[in-house]
Amino acid sequence: MFAFTVRRIIQGVFVMLVISFLCFTIQHQIGDPVRDIVGISVSADEREALRDKMGLNDPFFTQYVRFLGKAVQGDVGMSFFFKRPALQVILSKAPATLELVFVSSLIIIFLSVPLGIYCAINPRSILSRIIMGLSIVGVSIPVFLTAIMLIYIFSVELRWLPSFGRGQLVYIGGWGSGLLSLNGLKHLILPSIALSSIMLPLFIRLIRSQMMEVLETDYIKFAWAKGLHKKRIWYVHAFKNTLLPVITVGGVQIGTMIAFTILTETVFQWQGLGFLFIEAVERADTTLLVAYLMVVGIIFVVVNTIVDIIYGLVNPMVRIQGSQ
Amino acid sequence: MQHLLQLEDVVIRFALRFGDLTAVDGVSFALDKGQRLGLVGESGAGKSVTGFSIINLISKPGYIASGRILFEGRDLAHLDEEEMRDIRGNRISMIFQDPMMTLNPVLTIGEQMVETLLAHRKFTEDECRDRALETLRKVHIPSPEKRLSQYPHELSGGMRQRIVIAIALLADPALIIADEPSTALDVTIQAEILDLLLELCESEKTALILITHDLAVVSQVTETIAVMYAGKIVELGSTEAVIHTPMHPYTRGLINALPGSVHSERRLNQIPGMMPSLMTIPPGCSFHPRCEYRMEVCRHQVPDLRYYESFGREVACHLGEGLFGRSS
Amino acid sequence: MDWWRRFRQSFLLYSFLRDSVAIACSLILIVLVLVSFLAPLIAPHNPYDSSSIDILNAEMPPMWMDGGSPEFILGTDSQGRDMLSTLLYGMRVSIIIGCLAVLMQAFIGVVIGLISGYLGGRIDSFLMRMADVQLSFSTMMVAIFLGAIFQEAFGVGLYEQFAVPMLVIIIGLAEWPQYARTVRASVLAEKKKEYVEAARVIGLRAQRIMGRHILPNTVSPVLVISTVQVANAIMSEAALSFLGLGMPVTRPSLGSLINSGFEYIFSGSWWITLFPGIFLVLLILVINLLGDWLRDVLNPKLYKG
Repeated sequence: MFAFTVRRIIQGVFVMLVISFLCFTIQHQIGDPVRDIVGISVSADEREALRDKMGLNDPFFTQYVRFLGKAVQGDVGMSFFFKRPALQVILSKAPATLELVFVSSLIIIFLSVPLGIYCAINPRSILSRIIMGLSIVGVSIPVFLTAIMLIYIFSVELRWLPSFGRGQLVYIGGWGSGLLSLNGLKHLILPSIALSSIMLPLFIRLIRSQMMEVLETDYIKFAWAKGLHKKRIWYVHAFKNTLLPVITVGGVQIGTMIAFTILTETVFQWQGLGFLFIEAVERADTTLLVAYLMVVGIIFVVVNTIVDIIYGLVNPMVRIQGSQ
Repeated sequence: MQHLLQLEDVVIRFALRFGDLTAVDGVSFALDKGQRLGLVGESGAGKSVTGFSIINLISKPGYIASGRILFEGRDLAHLDEEEMRDIRGNRISMIFQDPMMTLNPVLTIGEQMVETLLAHRKFTEDECRDRALETLRKVHIPSPEKRLSQYPHELSGGMRQRIVIAIALLADPALIIADEPSTALDVTIQAEILDLLLELCESEKTALILITHDLAVVSQVTETIAVMYAGKIVELGSTEAVIHTPMHPYTRGLINALPGSVHSERRLNQIPGMMPSLMTIPPGCSFHPRCEYRMEVCRHQVPDLRYYESFGREVACHLGEGLFGRSS
Repeated sequence: MDWWRRFRQSFLLYSFLRDSVAIACSLILIVLVLVSFLAPLIAPHNPYDSSSIDILNAEMPPMWMDGGSPEFILGTDSQGRDMLSTLLYGMRVSIIIGCLAVLMQAFIGVVIGLISGYLGGRIDSFLMRMADVQLSFSTMMVAIFLGAIFQEAFGVGLYEQFAVPMLVIIIGLAEWPQYARTVRASVLAEKKKEYVEAARVIGLRAQRIMGRHILPNTVSPVLVISTVQVANAIMSEAALSFLGLGMPVTRPSLGSLINSGFEYIFSGSWWITLFPGIFLVLLILVINLLGDWLRDVLNPKLYKG
């Protein structure tokens, strides 16, 4: 297990190196750090002097090593628009996105597991057919369309729920949370439903198909032959084996989830990372854009590594291979 | 005297989109306490389906269309779900073909044993563990305490099959149904597993239905043999008699095809042709297209399984007593 | 006419004719594709012709509502363009980008998959590792990143001018791993078979073995993913356009139409968003359903109740 963990972490570091290299190439090719610092009102000679001083005329690789060294210390440059370190800007927006993802994940987990199991156990029941039918419609509706429709119905027509922003926040340290006030929670409802709208049907379908496959195996048949109660067969024997592939796919879906936060946050003007990213694109704030890529890269690598390690903990076969 | 298990004219069908297929067509046999029966035939002959039908575990979309399965005085084909559940693993146990696939990969051996007992007995966890250990010793598993906390993939195939047998024995069943218990194992381990099964059935007075395509396995373990062909029993009698003097042309073919068989002085004899699939079972005697003695009647009329005093067994063939004169 | 007879007797056609959902979906798909490609002929207005647009007609509701006009059946958008016409032209743009992007990704993916599967070793593990990383980033994420980078690199003006090829390249680059993986898997499966070994023994060259013997065997899995990938590509295009990284409002796709309508939803002009939304969902849904059906038919292992 230890060797396995180490191997996963080394892989993660390698992926991060590749991502940082790509990010640096982007910044090197299209970014203009001089403009980011002094603006555009400075003469060409002075700019050139500044470029030399900042080492921007050094060889590409030297600059990359310097970039990497700074990045490891948390310095990825200044945001042109905010005039603050890009990482600091990003970290200040992270709680909004994390809370949104957290609530959506809760919705996805608590609905997809029971519904997926139900559909796998009763594949021919009318309710299962309805759920499966709705789920394919669900995956076909783009997130932003769902979000807009939710706003139109619940904010514009019914006036039940707010349509944008995070509402009233409660600050704990530097973390502004919308989870602790009624107003904040109300603001969370529509965005989190919108964010989970595509992943939920995907997970229901995934859990159903995996579980149906497991239910056909010999060990499940043997469990029936042992005279176990059906609840134990479904929820322990079958579900535990269903979980393994679901965890792997679930880990991979974290990237999709981040993509969907960009769309959801744009619609709801949710002041999180995704919204920041689109603003950075519109303002041509390359440093911020690159910083966002790096942060998302780290989140993705960390989550995937954790998912792999959890997978190893759940799956006894990996556990043994790792220890050998 | 009441039999332990009695199948009466059991018909099993599979419901498919384009209609039903009959997989088992009117099978009857009886088994007494402690008796060992071999169910022999090629794959697709319906022997596994027959075995699974006894504990009502036929894979979907199969179902028992008619007939009775009497076990200890109750008709298993018409029990409710909970009654059936309490018979499985308790009064009737099963052993599957491939021990690599039979045990749940994410549960320890201990969990898989204890849960079986908990499902049928009002034991505490500790009592279950003691009983599990005792049973593991019975199947000659070295250091049983260690095994309880191991996962299936940590053990060899032969070891796993011993554990499957131990699980089958846990609740002192009256009957064990073993579906090709040695086929998936290495040749050297096959004999060990069969010896173990035989030894345990004798010491525990447990009845056994051994489902296999391997006549050598049957002759080693069982007292009675039922030969199945295309969903029907074609010959049923004592193992020794059937193996030494097979009567039904199909059984003769099977035994002649064995290497080193007493009947094949020349070279290996294969039965020409192949067993029909469920969709193409011919009318009349289903074996007639491959039978060297076929007569006109065989094409239209299905032969009944009849007891012949002179053979000391049941045979389903239109030749009847006439089989005597012909040797293969 | 041999292929025609084979087609008529095929299992594919047989199961197609027995599946009412598949028939309905392909009918809807055919109608959608036809009306969008015939848009210049059947659309009542030309949304690209700025001289025919009157800003005074802006935000008119559909004709069956108060204030609607029979001239604009589904109402008008914020610039006074006829919704129905704009929508048909927009759907054409979406379908064209979707299909071209799938061709692009299929080309990249099949080539990489063949190379990776056939050569094996270091190259294989490098390419597949790359595919893994990109896949776990999710294709839409990569597409959004690439869109953002392209727009930064080329500038908004140039980007919008060449939006169609840009989007095709972006979505193609973002989604090749699906193809590469599938093709690689079937190459590995085929490579084990004896006829490939035999072909190698008699000294056929690698390209010939791949092209003649292995490639044909990858057709059915590639076909299955292609269907679903067209739906994905259309979805990605819509998402990019919605974020302002895709088609400009002057030549809108369904996604940019929804984007332009979104601002007006608060004033109650729901039709600018809803109609393109319905057509987008319908398009993606029928393609997805057809993809599901195709997967069930071509993969007999999953073929049960």
